[in-house]
Amino acid sequence: MKKDLNINVHHLTRVEGHGNIVVNMKEGKLEKAQLEIVEAPRYFESMLKGRSFHEAAIITSRICGICSLGHQITSLKATEDALGLEVSEQTVLLRKLLINGATIQSNVLHAYFLAAPDFLGVGSVFPLVSSHPDVVVRALRMKRLANDIGDIVSGRAVHPITPVPGGFTKIPSVSELTEIKRRLEEEALPDVMATVETMIALAGAIPKFNRETEYISLRNENEYAFYDGQICSSDTGLVSDTEYRKMTNEFVVSHSTSKHAKVNRSSYMVGALARWNNNFDKYADGVRDAAAKLGLTGVNTNPYMITIAQVVEVAHCVYDSIAIIDKLLTNGLKNEKPNQTPTKYGMGIGSTEVPRGILYHEYTYDRRGQILNANCIIPTGQNLGNIDDDMKKLVPEILDKSKEEITLHLEMLVRAYDPCISCSVHMLDVDFIE
Amino acid sequence: MKPKVAVFDFTGCEGCELNKLNFENELLDIIAHIDFVEWREAMDDKADEYDIAFIEGSISTPECVDRIHDIRNRSKILIALGACAVCGGMNAMKNQKPLEVAREEVYGKDKDLFPTLPALPLSAYVKVDFEIRGCPMTQQEFLRVVTALLMGKNPIIPDYAVCVECKLKENECVYGNGMICMGPITRAGCDAQCPSFGQYCIGCRGLVSHPNKEAMIEILTNHGLSVDEADKKMSLFNTENREGGLK
Repeated sequence: MKKDLNINVHHLTRVEGHGNIVVNMKEGKLEKAQLEIVEAPRYFESMLKGRSFHEAAIITSRICGICSLGHQITSLKATEDALGLEVSEQTVLLRKLLINGATIQSNVLHAYFLAAPDFLGVGSVFPLVSSHPDVVVRALRMKRLANDIGDIVSGRAVHPITPVPGGFTKIPSVSELTEIKRRLEEEALPDVMATVETMIALAGAIPKFNRETEYISLRNENEYAFYDGQICSSDTGLVSDTEYRKMTNEFVVSHSTSKHAKVNRSSYMVGALARWNNNFDKYADGVRDAAAKLGLTGVNTNPYMITIAQVVEVAHCVYDSIAIIDKLLTNGLKNEKPNQTPTKYGMGIGSTEVPRGILYHEYTYDRRGQILNANCIIPTGQNLGNIDDDMKKLVPEILDKSKEEITLHLEMLVRAYDPCISCSVHMLDVDFIE
Repeated sequence: MKPKVAVFDFTGCEGCELNKLNFENELLDIIAHIDFVEWREAMDDKADEYDIAFIEGSISTPECVDRIHDIRNRSKILIALGACAVCGGMNAMKNQKPLEVAREEVYGKDKDLFPTLPALPLSAYVKVDFEIRGCPMTQQEFLRVVTALLMGKNPIIPDYAVCVECKLKENECVYGNGMICMGPITRAGCDAQCPSFGQYCIGCRGLVSHPNKEAMIEILTNHGLSVDEADKKMSLFNTENREGGLK
């Protein structure tokens, strides 16, 4: 067994943003095992100050390209909460459809392009184009459909155009939605089934490692919670999202330009596996069956299974999108104008499950509808402490492996969380004093 | 031989890079013609020299400065990708206040932990051969530029206003809905995407070379809209590129 170990992965690949993995062990004692976040700070809350409520979502969507839809919807919810703007059932349904599209897009990108190369022992998706062409083509087809949902409903999948406070600037047509539904049924459903089979074949490469932690996600009694719900902790149960600061408790650490968070323990997990652990009873039977085939039955404490939980969510989002489009078409599409007449001014909170976990935006508006202060708490920031704690437990358990294998296990662990580092260093918690 | 292509990201949201991974219909054709030799977001490999380097993001830390010079030295053609790389983008909004103030607001007593500089476009530090504008860049423009380069031609970047494209699409002018639209002074090339979806142009592609500010102010005044507000909207993407603003 090794006594000394030094690992330093500079600018970890196949993750969004810049992070380093650093592990130091001296004479059998683990001195350091952490993910250093070295992404350049962004100062978003500082930029929001004095901006109009029309611009909050335009600006915060630029926190992250991959999560732009999630930031936008969460930002709109916070603004609507603060200004007392009611939205229609159609707006909520279209937003849920957008969240499904963005979740499919992000989860497929992660499972196929960023994580799967590890399971197959290659450095990127590009070698798979020749070795597994049908799998790559399938992944691209699923991603294209997910992005088409974004392009059609929101104008553009990255930094969406049409979602604004109080509604949408443009409503998709019946024929556009009907065509999306046809592709969901004829392309996406078979592709989901094939994805489950592919992942079953790869599941042997998923490391066996377990560490029970606190799991935090939204929970909604009526549905599998993405768009809204109460905050649910696996340790302490449900609270309203107005309590979100108590459910995050951010703090600065010197090895990360992103803040860390903790609630009841030294760290907690958010994201697809936390959602699964808190909400698997809300899935349809067919989705739970697919999960069972992939080894997910009940609470799971292996962080490497996050990728599998993401695949299960893709299945859910495809079924749910079909149901949403049915409902929109049955209700009849209305050419509604967004409701942008504030009924009050003050503080508002938005919370949404985005691919990497629970996202919070909070704004306070003055009587001109301009932002006085803003706070955004990002899923990846919430996961960083949990990743460090995982590493501290994992390294001693795999010391009999070669340094290369240990490094690979650590890289795969960080990748499993699908961290979004641009998001996490948008720079948090600035309260402005006028 | 296929050109060796690399993609690098600096301060930004990686949305432009993501848009490249979103070429689901064209990705296989693209990689038939070019070799991605380094792209941290998508692959493990690294290389020493590049025929074409695509750079996303603005320059905002001392480390960024060293890295961009190093990449420039090893690249035959360097292309700025997206608003952050071309004009500083939204990151540059932080330049509107003294850096010390921003750092203290964000980090408080820990403000010296993480070094930072004003967020600037790549061209503030190195020679940029071509630009692909927009937030995010549009996939069509990326394909146009790559195709031109593969054919040994210089890509053509439009230098007329978004209004031109908007009129060609016969869109209803969003000024009629009481919106302040940056279209009259913003560089085209996006096919007037935002106004086509009922939203105003947010100016993400930067200004045309000689923006007609007087005419812009006249439009605003004719619609009873405030020049101050338009000036503020203009700063979203153009802090480093607004020639004193409208006022």
